[in-house]
Order: sequence, then structure tokens, then C-alpha cells
Amino acid sequence: MLYLDNAATTPLQHGVFEAMLPYLNENFFNPSSVYKPARQVRAAIDEARQIVADVLNAAPNEIFFTSGGTEADNWAIKGALEASKRGRHIVTTATEHHGILYVCKHMEKQGCEVTYLPVDREGFVNPQDLDAAIRPETALVSIMFANNEVGTIQPMEALSEITNRHGVPLHTDAVQAVGHIPIDVETLGVQMLALSAHKFGGPKGIGALYVKKGTPIFSLFQGGAQERNRRAGTENVAGIVGMGAAIDISAKEISCELPRVSALRDRLIREISEKIPHTVLNGPLGDKRLPGNVNFSFRFVEGEALLLHLDMQGCCASTGSACSSGALEPSHVLMSLGLGHELANGALRFSFGAGNTEADIEKLMQILCPAVQKLRALSPLYDDFLKQ
Amino acid sequence: MEYSEKVMEHFMNPRNVGEIEAASGVGTVGNVQCGDIMRVFLKIEGDVVTDASFKTFGCGAAVATSSMATELVKGKTIAEVMQITNKAVMDALDGLPAVKAHCSVLAEEAVQAALWDYSQKSGVVIEGLKPPKEEHEHGHHHA
Repeated sequence: MLYLDNAATTPLQHGVFEAMLPYLNENFFNPSSVYKPARQVRAAIDEARQIVADVLNAAPNEIFFTSGGTEADNWAIKGALEASKRGRHIVTTATEHHGILYVCKHMEKQGCEVTYLPVDREGFVNPQDLDAAIRPETALVSIMFANNEVGTIQPMEALSEITNRHGVPLHTDAVQAVGHIPIDVETLGVQMLALSAHKFGGPKGIGALYVKKGTPIFSLFQGGAQERNRRAGTENVAGIVGMGAAIDISAKEISCELPRVSALRDRLIREISEKIPHTVLNGPLGDKRLPGNVNFSFRFVEGEALLLHLDMQGCCASTGSACSSGALEPSHVLMSLGLGHELANGALRFSFGAGNTEADIEKLMQILCPAVQKLRALSPLYDDFLKQ
Repeated sequence: MEYSEKVMEHFMNPRNVGEIEAASGVGTVGNVQCGDIMRVFLKIEGDVVTDASFKTFGCGAAVATSSMATELVKGKTIAEVMQITNKAVMDALDGLPAVKAHCSVLAEEAVQAALWDYSQKSGVVIEGLKPPKEEHEHGHHHA
């Protein structure tokens, strides 16, 4: 199998499963209980929290474990809105993950106003647009750190300079970035940041929200006093321990993995551009792009059909195009970048991770080139193009 | 969403791909907004469809329904072809996922558009045949 969908999820890093196992077996105790075995479980949570905090350059009491990135995003937006004394206006971007976008759509139905900042052809927000969008009643700005489809890394420092000048809290969905590029919440200047363990070799069902000390936020859940009264519910102990182990390994390996994976990305971009005509790279080139992300539109070809061809030959990739998700609309991200329907429907994402090597690129190209050729031979759009 | 083995077989090995030189009728339906475009070519001798082919831009189901629709119409009389519904195409493929049902509708419409083109060119009146829709809106009802 050729797995090129690490932006969807990653396999557990070595040692993570072993670190988690005791907390599913003999160390099953409720961390809120008072006896000694339970206190040991509590200590394991504290240790994981310390590791996550250290990696992000945050304080441990600024890290709150959640069920994943989606909960962290929901909490950031709903919690900050409810706590805000400024008003009911949100500023976000047109290319957010659904974990933010659909929360904003929902809040619009609840009477909030939302400004969706446009992006340029490569997916970047213009800081001046942000500056102009902030109003006295703006409760929150939410801008994703790095885009899941096209890999665009936003200029967070320039954006936070603006939000901090206005005194508006800034949340960033950093689910695709954490573990893959160095993140320092102090340098970034954000008030909230969402992360998800399974995107960096941790287990599914666990994530966290960083909330800078002093940031007003209400709780999403009411119940127990877990997470310092901020997030009710008995802790997912094994998940938290696994997340700590995974982020620890990622942070230690990032100085090697970042250049290594970026080189894989750049080579695949080069090979597709050179060997397959009529292709368009979506998203930027260079270090403003996530190290593992490659996204191309293959003209005259529909994305799902191409994906099926790859799938039949054991290659796992992804598409945001119309048919893939069962939805009939093309990717909102690609449309926001200004692609037409044909290019948006013909886009494929390949995302590299720790398990990928140069040999994978050769294998992929051996499958991809004939598949594109075969589908173009079927395509009436290609016929029309050749006859022009 | 899971495709039947038959859909995958027709997708990986589509029948009747290509153009028919001097086709009796050609019909193109769908648009890039919907993500599917089907073009069907028919060769008609007397009142029999003696050959059929297609070109399709679209998902796996779009390719498979085009392939199956051209298989089903070959050797049939025009009257028999008029009886071939999208459901017949779906059944012949052992079904389609619900979100892909519109592809079979498109295949039926592509065949009918090719018949309409033949009817316009030849002056042969085909009972029950309607002109193809100008602005194609398939699929949106299924969302």
C-alpha cells in the first residue's frame, strides 16, 4: 500500500501505543479519585500536559485537553463569543476547515455576524483586509494556521499584530501544523490554538485547546471539574498520554523531518509539473507551504475518478472535489482560491508523513501518469481542447 | 459510499469508449458545475441502433453509467431504446450509491439527447422524445 494521505490521519508513531497501553489496562483508575493509584494516573496526565505546553512554549495551565480538533475549534469560537463583552461579530477566512466554517455558519443562524476574509490565488489572507474587518463589536478572529487542502501557511505574526492592536482575541486552527512545523504561541501572538493528536502520530479522539492566560472563554460542557473547571468529563487518559508521547517524538524529530518531508513535497511537485501536461499546482511554493502537502488540479479529469484509479492500485490520496464526499459542491477552499469548477473538480491532494520515502514518489508516478492518460482518453473536455 | 463490483469493473474497463465517425446522432449533457459531462454517439441504421459510444468527464459512477448505457442500447430498436430508463442502467450495474443516482439520470438523458440530434438531422419523428434541457440541473435535488 502507498499511503499519501497523512493530512487525513497518521499512523501512531513508534512507542505511542506502548505508552498508552497501561492506561487502558492496569492503570484504569479515575484521575479525579483520591487514592494513590489514581494519583499516579493524574500524574501521567500532568506529565503529558507539561510536554504539550513545552512544545508550544505555553504554560501547562494554558493547555486544555479535548476530544479532538473539532471540539477545540467549537469551544474556541462558542466559548469566546459567549464570554465576549465586545459583541457578536466574528472574523474568519473563506478557506477554514469545516470545524471552523460550519461553526461560524451555525453562529450566523444564532444571530451573530460573520465576516469571511477572502484569500489570494495561493490561499493567503491579506493582513490589511483583517485590519479593515475588525469592528468595535468583533468578539473573535479565527484564522487557520495552515490549510488542510492546499497547505498555505498564513502570516500569523502579522495577523496577530493587528488583532492585538485592536484588543480582539485571535484563535488559530493549527491542526495541520502542530508536529510538522515549529510553533511558539508567544511568538505567534495568538490567544487560542487548536491541535489534534492523530495528525502527528498520536491517537484519534484526543486534541487540545491552548488558551492564553487571561483570555475570556466560557466552557462548552457543564459537569465535572476536570481541566480546571473548563472541560467537564472524565479524561481520556490513554489518549492524553498518547498525545504527549506523539508530540514529544514529533518535536524531537522536527529538525530532521521538516527538511526531509519538504524535499519529498518539492520533488513530487517538480515531477508532476514536468511529466504530466495541463496540471496546475494549488497553493504556494516553498516554506509558506506545509512540508507534506501537494495539491494539483489535473485538467480534463475529474478528481474522484482519478482517486479511484489510484485506489485500485493501492494508493491512498484525497480529493476535495464534488463527488468524493458525496456532496455535489466542489471544495470551498479551491473555489475561494479562484479556481473554476473544472479545475476544482479535478484536484487531488497527496500528503506525506513520517513513513514516506523517495521510493514512494517513484511508485506514485508509475500509477498516476497512466491513470491521468486513461481518464483524459475518456474525457470529452480533452477532445474539445485538442480540437481547438 | 461503496460502488458495486460491476460499477468498478465498468469504470476500470469501460466499454464503447470513443467517437463514432459520422455518427447518426450525438448528445452532450451535464456541465462542469455539476462535475459530470457525458457525450453519447449513436449509429442508427433503419430503426436500429447498430453502434453506440461515449466520452465522459466525471466520477466513477458517471463513467460506469455511460459504459453501461451504451451497452444497453446497442442492437436495440429506437422504440426499445426509448424504454431504457435510468433505473434500468442502475439495475444493470447492481445499483449505485444514493448520492450517485443522478449519474444514471444523466446517462439516460445523454442517450435521449443523441436520439434528439438524430431526429433533428434525419427528420425522423421519435414518439415520446423530448428536446434536451438547455440548462442542465441534474443532481442538485439529491444533495
